[in-house]
Amino acid sequence: MARKLPHKDVVVIGLGWTGSILANELTDAGLDVVAIERGPWRDTATDFLISYAQDELRYRIQHELFLRPSQMSVTFRNNSKETALPVRTWGAFMLGNGAGGAGVHWNAETWRFLPTDFTVRSHLTQRYGANFLPQDMTIQDWGITYDQLEPHYDEFEYLCGTSGQAGNLNGSIQAGGNPFEGPRSRPYPTPPMKQGYGHALFAQAAKELGYKPFPQPSGNLSQSYTNPLAVTLGQCTYCGFCEWFGCANYSKATPQTTVLPVLLRKPNFEARTECEVMRINLDSTGKRATGVTYVDTSGEEFEQPADLVLLCAFSLFNVQLLLLSGIGKAYDPTTGQGQIGRNFTHQTVSSAIGFFDKDKYNFNPFIAAGAIGTCIDEFNGDNFDHGPAGFVGGGYIGEVQTNGRPIESTPVPPGTPAWGSKWKQALRDNYLSTIVGGSCHGSMCSYRDVYLDLDPTYKDRFGRPLMRITIDFHDNELKMSAFLTDKYAEILQKMGAKQIVKKPRKGPYDVTQYQTSHLNGGAIMGTDPGNSALNMYLQSWDVPNLFVQGASAFPQNAGYNPTGTVGALALWSAHAIRSQYLKNPGPLVHA
Amino acid sequence: MRSRSTWLFGTVAGIALATSAVPAGAAGIDKQNFEQVERGHYLAIAGDCAACHTLPGSNHALAGGRPIETPFGMLLAPNITPDPQTGIGAWTDQEFVNALTKGTGRHGTRLYPAMPYTYYTKLTRDDALAIRAYLTSIPAVHNPVKSNQLPFPFDMRWTLAVWDKLYFTPGTFHPDPKESAQWNRGAYLVEGPGHCGMCHTPKNFLGADEASQRFQGYALQGWFAPNITDAARRGLGGWSVADIVAYLQTGHNKTSAATGLMSETLNLSTSKMSDADLQAIAVYLKGPSGQQQTAAADPADPPAQGVMKSGAQIYADECSACHASDGKGAAGLFPSLSGSPVVQQTDPTSVLHVVLRGALSVGTKPAPTAPAMPQFGWILNDDQVAAVATYIRNSWGNSAPAVSADNVGKTRRMLVERSD
Amino acid sequence: MSQLNRRQLLASSAIVILLGSPAARAAIIRGGLPWKPGAADPPTLVTPNGWHFFTPQETATVEAFVDRLIPADDLSPGGKDCGCAVYIDRQLAGPYGRFDGYYMSGPFQKGTKQQGPQSPVTPARHYRKALAAFDKACSDKFGGKVFTALSDAQRDEAIKGLEDGSLKLDGTDSKEFFKLVLKDTQNGFLADPIYGGNRNMASWKMIGFPGTHYDYRGWVDRHNQRVTLPTISIAEHPNWSG
Repeated sequence: MARKLPHKDVVVIGLGWTGSILANELTDAGLDVVAIERGPWRDTATDFLISYAQDELRYRIQHELFLRPSQMSVTFRNNSKETALPVRTWGAFMLGNGAGGAGVHWNAETWRFLPTDFTVRSHLTQRYGANFLPQDMTIQDWGITYDQLEPHYDEFEYLCGTSGQAGNLNGSIQAGGNPFEGPRSRPYPTPPMKQGYGHALFAQAAKELGYKPFPQPSGNLSQSYTNPLAVTLGQCTYCGFCEWFGCANYSKATPQTTVLPVLLRKPNFEARTECEVMRINLDSTGKRATGVTYVDTSGEEFEQPADLVLLCAFSLFNVQLLLLSGIGKAYDPTTGQGQIGRNFTHQTVSSAIGFFDKDKYNFNPFIAAGAIGTCIDEFNGDNFDHGPAGFVGGGYIGEVQTNGRPIESTPVPPGTPAWGSKWKQALRDNYLSTIVGGSCHGSMCSYRDVYLDLDPTYKDRFGRPLMRITIDFHDNELKMSAFLTDKYAEILQKMGAKQIVKKPRKGPYDVTQYQTSHLNGGAIMGTDPGNSALNMYLQSWDVPNLFVQGASAFPQNAGYNPTGTVGALALWSAHAIRSQYLKNPGPLVHA
Repeated sequence: MRSRSTWLFGTVAGIALATSAVPAGAAGIDKQNFEQVERGHYLAIAGDCAACHTLPGSNHALAGGRPIETPFGMLLAPNITPDPQTGIGAWTDQEFVNALTKGTGRHGTRLYPAMPYTYYTKLTRDDALAIRAYLTSIPAVHNPVKSNQLPFPFDMRWTLAVWDKLYFTPGTFHPDPKESAQWNRGAYLVEGPGHCGMCHTPKNFLGADEASQRFQGYALQGWFAPNITDAARRGLGGWSVADIVAYLQTGHNKTSAATGLMSETLNLSTSKMSDADLQAIAVYLKGPSGQQQTAAADPADPPAQGVMKSGAQIYADECSACHASDGKGAAGLFPSLSGSPVVQQTDPTSVLHVVLRGALSVGTKPAPTAPAMPQFGWILNDDQVAAVATYIRNSWGNSAPAVSADNVGKTRRMLVERSD
Repeated sequence: MSQLNRRQLLASSAIVILLGSPAARAAIIRGGLPWKPGAADPPTLVTPNGWHFFTPQETATVEAFVDRLIPADDLSPGGKDCGCAVYIDRQLAGPYGRFDGYYMSGPFQKGTKQQGPQSPVTPARHYRKALAAFDKACSDKFGGKVFTALSDAQRDEAIKGLEDGSLKLDGTDSKEFFKLVLKDTQNGFLADPIYGGNRNMASWKMIGFPGTHYDYRGWVDRHNQRVTLPTISIAEHPNWSG
């Protein structure tokens, strides 16, 4: 029998990026907020010590900072004809855990989506005609515009101290920035990072080919910075142990380095770590959340009543909790009915390896950071004419190599023996003179047959069904990937590579191959309950005192890393809660 | 922005309304005199009563029971809420004033100088009564505390008569007519309620202040409270008045961060004091009058080349990613080692403490980041700690005695005994 | 003297363990950043104190195996002298060997390649079984000689047999075993020496990786220049001896 706890105004499920941002906003509004986080507390000087943070085996290979599949995993299959099997150890994506969530070990690549990304279906239909889109492609407009979100992109970037070069200032294109980006109201808070040799060589070659390269927007700060919450971050030192790792010197924008010091000082905030939410509780009408039930590490159950529930548990687990709590209707791919689990997407990434003459080129790959690099955006979104291309979508292309870690980043040319002296020699001959970290960071459209639901067989340690992922690539994405990869290879050629190995994404979708942790959809936002789970403020259509944050709201994925948009949506949602919902609790949109 | 006095008034008004029954003997107190209670509350903050008399994390302010570490053993701070049986509710005003200014408790028993009466003696009678008024206004808490936990022979209070005779000069503060009102206010605060010398003045073997070395630093509880005279290198000579105010108010200034024992003083006391009072304290500490300059003790020999070379490598590998290759750190985040008084104290205990165990800096509303230094005790042996400490104490214009591996070993063992 | 002191109760963190039974470990955090003096979870450094997992026969086999995968030459010492067998031994004796953290609930069923590993056989059990099977297979193929009794050329032939699947192992898959040993050997060769392999940072020196430096601000602009910093690892800093 769950022990009932004293009432709180707000319960936040998960203390990652969105949980931290929302908790901070609502404590500012004077509410009593509790955050329930199933992982441990983590912080810089106690967990990411400079004397041992640079441990590739521990953090990159053995996944120490991530969620353990033994605590929670998912099942996977390519299509409905297969039996989904558990992901017993992570591969295709790495899931966060603990205070800060994935915001601790992310690269900190901080992008905005394009204005056309938010109206993608109507835009593409208008430009190319309705028949241009495959029948089973279920992309849709978001129900929000870039202009509405712009102030919150700005807010998130200034919270993080994002380092970059503006490309479009209030409509005026700026040299050195991304000429395709949506207009921004002011420059980035800090200047771009320094670039390594490989990144700079890419920029030069890209320019020679007629592109407009620009530095990747980075949450690894180019200089020390104090954000609007009066929290100070440090200057990135290009250590090369960034993504998958915790930052030892306060120079990566994370919840710990931007929000939590302020949040934890507040008397009206409390975090409970190593407590796992079992379900969101509803009243007898099923239309009102009454709080959550959670367990601590002894397995004892607690009921935490609250007036407002914020689901900030990461996209996959948001969807899982909605389904386990009986909120909304589960998606059925055969009928197309039900919103919860629909329009799941990942990212379509590919690369090419450029081998260079070791006597002429030394890239020092170990001098790097998670979001360092130079990119071009000519082939993202609808920035180019897709008519002849035969696909929709696109992505940025960049030399964004983040590390020279020996286990991960010691590429050898094809045909090199897998072991022996020749293997060693190839390692030695290519380590310093190879660019293996390029990225064609392609979008993924949503499809009728790519979705999330509850697994019928496999359970978590509490006996709850795991989330089942059904996903495979469609021709559209594979064509796009080949196209982008070719473009990148041309640039590598121009840079002077002596051998280029193209690695376009090929199907079937493989859950063992890492392809970013950008999992989206399943509880998407939209204009009415017939096409979405959430309204434009991320408020549940079904349960108005429940808001669901994170990339689960994306109706499809764009050709960029999602966190900038996740942060912007969280701030947009927070402001709507403060300025509208709290004054008059109830549905904010009447569809 | 709300001024400090408005904040205090608002808070005190709330407390005053929760007052319990009038304790006996509170003749000099006017229960309805909010100004007096408010003034007393502020003085209690300046005097940092809560640091000893409130159990951390407790909802019962000033109800005592908190262990006080002394060189002679443990005491438990008494309950100073107005509870008549277990607090000071039954005391007369004069008994209370005597406790603060004469070091005597109820019925004339002597207090241990862990209670800083040797400093509080400077309080004017008005101020002492204001504190009384405040303490009368807070909720009474029934909490019996047996203060005297000292081992024999220190548990014999009568021995304090001798100690007082030798080391205690009672008497209220007398302003110096040659100095400004601001300086005198600072003097009153520092020498009186602030009792800064309690930690910052060296003590003799009986735990009394070495008056001739006032504010020149003292080793206690695993730290070395640094020299706060205006001395050039090891004191506050390199800090402006604004630097001192920023430090006391926010816990940080552009080169330094408060940590360790000073965190509590900041949280409970100085960060809540008025701008004017903090300015006055800074002016007093910076002023040459009444302060003794340290004869900066230059190291007998320059540190060995091998040690400096070794220290430089350790620094480059483990320290420079935060404190930078020029030792200047990052303003408001990583303290500047270059020019740091703490780094250059003759007694290196604080530096060694921070390196061996790490340190969390204080977080305040204006400066909430609270960056922490990680610990290096697990990876650096005594020789290596000695080398890097010697290196930072003698680089970038710094100069301080070299640190020996022996010293590091002693400090390491001492810290292991401590859980704080 | 009592350990209880004034500062012990000074919570610069405000972690209070409450809610639930004493067995509960959930932490409640409020009032400030949790912190304890000396807080850290440093890695356990592998020391050469015998073998924690392998039997003497297994040790000899694995040492010989890693010495062929990474032969001694002018680029680096061989896998054995680099400590790769020690690395694997310690890994198998620890969480890695047990699949700690893996999702290990059944039912276990074979899936597609894209669905990833589905075997309940932990690395520790895998090695134990496969090493024995490997010796038997060698014995069968090479006239009664187990792996350690073979010449270098024969050892390479046996390993290639695992690699292409032509050398069959009783009750276990040759290719899977080979992939496992190769991955573990190369990880041991390239990982930080604290794990027992990569002795003296041999592989890092070979490829030109300067190791665990954290501050490259003085180098990031020096394009196409060789970094001349000393090679260091988490626990090895030869440059620290004045």
